[in-house]
Parts: sequence; structure tokens; C-alpha cells
Amino acid sequence: MKTAIFKFRLYAAEDTQNSTLAFTNLLAICKEHLADRYEIEVIDVLRQPKRALADGIRMTPTLVKLSPLPTRTIVGTLNQTHRVMVALGIEAIPA
Amino acid sequence: MVCAADFLSNCDGFPRVKPKRLPAIKPSVKAASGVIGFDAMTGGGVPAGRTTLLVGGPGSGKTIFSLQFLVHGARHCKEPGIFVAFEESPTRIAANLEHFGWNIGTLIPKKLAFMDAQPTSDLLHSGDFDLGGMLAALGAQVEKMGAKRVVFDALDVVLSLLPDAAARRREAYGMQEWVLKHKLTCLITAKAGGDDTTSFGLQPYGFMQFMVDCAVMLNHRVIQGVSQRNLRVQKYRGSSFDENEAPFVIGSRGFDVAVTSQLGKTDHKVSSERVTSGVERLDTMLGGGYYRAASVLITGFPGTAKTTLSGAFAEAACDRGERTMFVSFDSDSSEVVRNLSSVGIRLGRHVESGLLRMISARTIVGSAETLLVRIKALAIAHHARCVVIDPVSTLSKAGNELTAHGVAERLIDWCKSDRITLVCTSLLDDTMNQQSGSTPLQISTLADTWIHLNYLLQSGERNRGISIIKSRGTSHSNQVRELILSNTGITLADTYTAGGDVLMGTLRWEKESALQSADLTATAEAKIKRLRLDAEQSELEAQLKSVQTELAAKHVEKSLLAHNTTNRSGDLKRSHAHMRELRGADVSLGVPRKAKRR
Repeated sequence: MKTAIFKFRLYAAEDTQNSTLAFTNLLAICKEHLADRYEIEVIDVLRQPKRALADGIRMTPTLVKLSPLPTRTIVGTLNQTHRVMVALGIEAIPA
Repeated sequence: MVCAADFLSNCDGFPRVKPKRLPAIKPSVKAASGVIGFDAMTGGGVPAGRTTLLVGGPGSGKTIFSLQFLVHGARHCKEPGIFVAFEESPTRIAANLEHFGWNIGTLIPKKLAFMDAQPTSDLLHSGDFDLGGMLAALGAQVEKMGAKRVVFDALDVVLSLLPDAAARRREAYGMQEWVLKHKLTCLITAKAGGDDTTSFGLQPYGFMQFMVDCAVMLNHRVIQGVSQRNLRVQKYRGSSFDENEAPFVIGSRGFDVAVTSQLGKTDHKVSSERVTSGVERLDTMLGGGYYRAASVLITGFPGTAKTTLSGAFAEAACDRGERTMFVSFDSDSSEVVRNLSSVGIRLGRHVESGLLRMISARTIVGSAETLLVRIKALAIAHHARCVVIDPVSTLSKAGNELTAHGVAERLIDWCKSDRITLVCTSLLDDTMNQQSGSTPLQISTLADTWIHLNYLLQSGERNRGISIIKSRGTSHSNQVRELILSNTGITLADTYTAGGDVLMGTLRWEKESALQSADLTATAEAKIKRLRLDAEQSELEAQLKSVQTELAAKHVEKSLLAHNTTNRSGDLKRSHAHMRELRGADVSLGVPRKAKRR
């Protein structure tokens, strides 16, 4: 059963191109393959620099998959869809 | 009509503007790096509020330099700093550098902070990214501690993760902008492939050299098995700097860049005070001894008593109560003390009293630069006023030929600025022409006084000769003297020149005795001659006396004769008168003719 809810946290830097791209790419993957089984929390490191410092975020955008375990971290615009999905453990729904 | 001045001012096409006072431009401020030689080279340190790039190969000291910069800022400049580590874990860096005695632990976390920015191995990269997160986090940290300095150690590590050259440029420039905006003094370190940093410009991160305001190259070369480290300031916007490569050493306290005095600082306070050489007659040869803070070079072949002469100087210095350091590259210190005691130079008591520090430098290995740094550190720790280095030619042994001259220069420079009287000996090779007398380090041109010792091989003897080749600012003897070592000390004896040859040893003694006996003979002869002359004189005087006596007798005789004659003529007259009276002749007839004729 594909019931597990995917929880993501995306550390982004305001509306920079890379961060926007990452969010768009992530949203596209989720909508296509996870339907309603996802939650995305976006943290703007420029607004919450202390959070970035505490969480050890150095590069933006950084995507952290919090659940299901194991947690994974991916840095970048997430443009290599297949690679990202494998890394996140998302099974593709055949079109 | 247009006057000439107007014409000139207008010919460039610009309207003539009344000169306005320019707003005061602040000269670029510098942040002291705490690396002494480097601050001297750049006139104060790295540009404050700007970026500086530090490029070097593996093990060239990038991390040490940058951390020294932060520690110095935190401890002495009230400028807290942040160390962003891209390559090594902060705890490891701190542990590695703990042996420099910087006590990093006492500065953390208020004055010094480490930020771990190593890309973790399980991190997955997909697509382009930027360093916004890091800068945001860093900004929070900067605000938290009021940081003024920041170091990005091994920035190339994170830049290499970026997909293309354009992204690398974008991030590097973005970071620089961020640094400038926050008015941070920033040091970026980056690797250069291999040992040669000259090709860094062609490497993927070469653009950073053009981006930053100051670029420093750290080189690490191995020449004939000896490691040589060099630092060079490649560029420095808005400031003059020393452009040459300067050797540096990573010593026990961190970085030590060797630089000679800067222009305008070379005028050390000179002294006309004299210090004794420890040999009385050598002092008179030099017109009173060495100058204080002079550098004296004693050259000679092995066994010409170079060490003895320098030992005499050390003893004399200690006798005056001056702290002295004796560095021997040849023998152990106890050996030196023992050997010198055989010629009446007693250093043992001064070693015991602590005035004299004997250093056996046979065990110190490394480049000439390392040796100089070690000697300097020891001399400073001992508060030495006089330093003996025996022999200084060791500095130029294999692998150090290129740097040794510079080291010798800096040695002399340092001694002068610290007002230390330096005596160094230098070995001359057999291959070198004794007459040309060139020393391996060319130190002879730098030294103030140059004393040359040599052997004279003559009629089966080797005798030591001493001569002063030069002595700046002092009148000095141009004679070769013979150096005689005995158990009472060093004495100098006059030599004799005969037919162009200098006579020493037995020949000198022979000549001396010959002269002495010749002198005796001459004295005796003179005495005899005088006696003879005396005799002749008295003889003549006696003759003169007898003649004078005879003369006196003649006088007497003569006067007697005259007297008699007068008497007789008087008698005659009287008898004539009497006769005339008797005859009754006329008185007017006068004297008879016969009597008159008589």
C-alpha cells in the first residue's frame, strides 16, 4: 500500500532562481507521483538565518525528506527528476 | 584671444571647472594578520573590509596562516572571527593547531567560532545550487558575535560541486559582495595543484585572483631534499607591497615570514662604542676593537683558529657582563668549552653563571631559513647582546645555496636592528682561491669587519697569519701578524718581510735572533769606535796642550829677549852719555850711528 505520507522540508533562499526552480520541480514530482500524500514546509533561510545556522544548512536550495525514514538530503534545483525520485524513494506511477 | 592657460585646460575637451575640495577619501585600512613578516611586507596586513585570497599547494600552510589571522584579530585587535571549514572538521583543525600555543579554546565561542561547512558524503546533488544558505547562517553568526573577520578555508571544495564555471563565478562574486556589504575582512584559501602556484591562474578557480583585492601565494618547494617555503604577495589593490618572494617557516609559534628591513627603516641607530675582540693586539690593529652592533666575519681554512678567535670574543663579552650566545655547528657545546680552555679561554664559568648560552646546532636540520628562525628565537629568549655563529658557512650547505645569501643578509640585518654584535666564522673551501677570499655566502661584502686567517707553509712549518681585510669606519693595520696560540691565550706577533716573503715561526725567530745579535755587534762596535775616538781626542788634546805650553814658553822667552834688548840699549845710551860726559861732547849730537843701527 502506498499510504505513507512524505514530509519534505525545503530550505530556500527567498525567491532566487535556484530555490524557485527546486520548489517547482519538487511540486511537480509530488503532484504527479504522490497525489495527496505529501507535505512541504518551506524555510526561507534569509528570513530565518538562525534556523539555517542551527540546522547546518550551507547550500540552498536544500531539500530534506523527513519521513518516511531514512531521511535524505538533496542539494540543488532537483532537475534530474529520475535521480531525485530514486533518492527519495518515490515510486513512479505509470502514466 | 584665449590665454595659454585657458587653452591648455580646455584642450582635453572638458569645461574648466573651479577646483573643488574632494571629499576626504579614507586611505585603505589594514587588518594586522599577526604574521609578523607578512605585515611588514604589506605595510600593515591584509586589506580591512575586503577579500584576500591565499593560494597554496598541499601543506603550504594556508590553514595555519588563516587561523593565525583570526586568533590575532580575536586576541589583539578586538575583532572576533569566524572560521568556515569546507574541507576539514573544525575540531580537527583546532586540535592540529593547538601545539602553536594559541589557546584557541579560550577564545571559543565569543571571540572565535568555527562553522562546519563540509559537504557530507551522503549529500546528493541535483542541479544548480547556491551558497545563500551558508551566507544566511553566517550572517546570523556574524551578528551574534559581532564578527569582523571571516575565513573561508578551502572554498574550492564547495565551488567544485557547482555544475558549471558560470555558477562558480556567480557564487564566488556573490560571496564577495556579501562580505563587502557586511564590512568583513575576509580571507579565502584555495588549493593550487602541485607545488607550483604560478599556474593557478589557468586553473578552474583562477578567476578568484582577479576578483579579490589582495592575493597571496604560498609556495612549497623541495630543493635537493631541503624544503623551502616561500610567500609572495601577488597583488594588493591600493597599497604598495614587497613584491619579492619571502621565505617563511612554520615555527613553534606559527607562521614566521622572513623579511629584511623595509625601505626607510634601514637606518639602524649606529654606535661608535667599541667592544673588545678579546685579543689585545687585535684591538690595536683595529684601532680600538669592533664597533658595537657590527658584524664581524672571520674567514679561514680549517684549523686556522677561527673558533678560538670567536671564543676569545665571547669570553671578553661575558667578562663585561654581556649576555652572549655561542652557536656551534661543528662541535658539541661542551667540546667547544673544553677545547677553548686549552688556549686559556675559560668559558665554563660563564656557562655556569648563565651569561653564556652555548648552542650546539649540529642537530638542527632544515633549511637555512629554519636555522635563522631558530637562532633568532634562541637569541631573543636569551636576551643576547653578542652572538657568535661558528661557522656561518653551514647555512649554505647542500640545498640551501639559493637562499643562504638572503638568510645571511637577514641575519646581519636582524643583528643590526637589535643592536647585537655578531661574530661569525666562515670556512673557505680549498677550491677557492685564497687570494680572492670569496666566502660561500658573499657575506664578506655585508660584514663590517672581515678578518682573514691563513696558514703560511714555509720551511717545514705551518704558521697562522692574521690580517684585516676590511673594517668599515675604523683605521686598521694593513700588516699581517702572526697568530700564536698558547695555553695562556692568543698573542699576535709582528712578522718580518724579507724579499717579499712574510717570515713566521722559526724563520721569524731566526730573523729576530739574527737581528738581535747584529744589534749586539753593532752596539759593541760603536762602543769600540767611541773609545778609540776618545783616545784620539785626548791624544790630540794632550798634543795641543804641550804645543800651547811650548808656545807660552816661547812667549816668555820672547818677552825676556825683548826686555834684555831694551835694557842693553838703555845701558848703551847711558854709557854713551857717560862717555860723552867724560869726553865733554855736545849732547845734541844724539845717539851715535852704530848704536842707532842696532
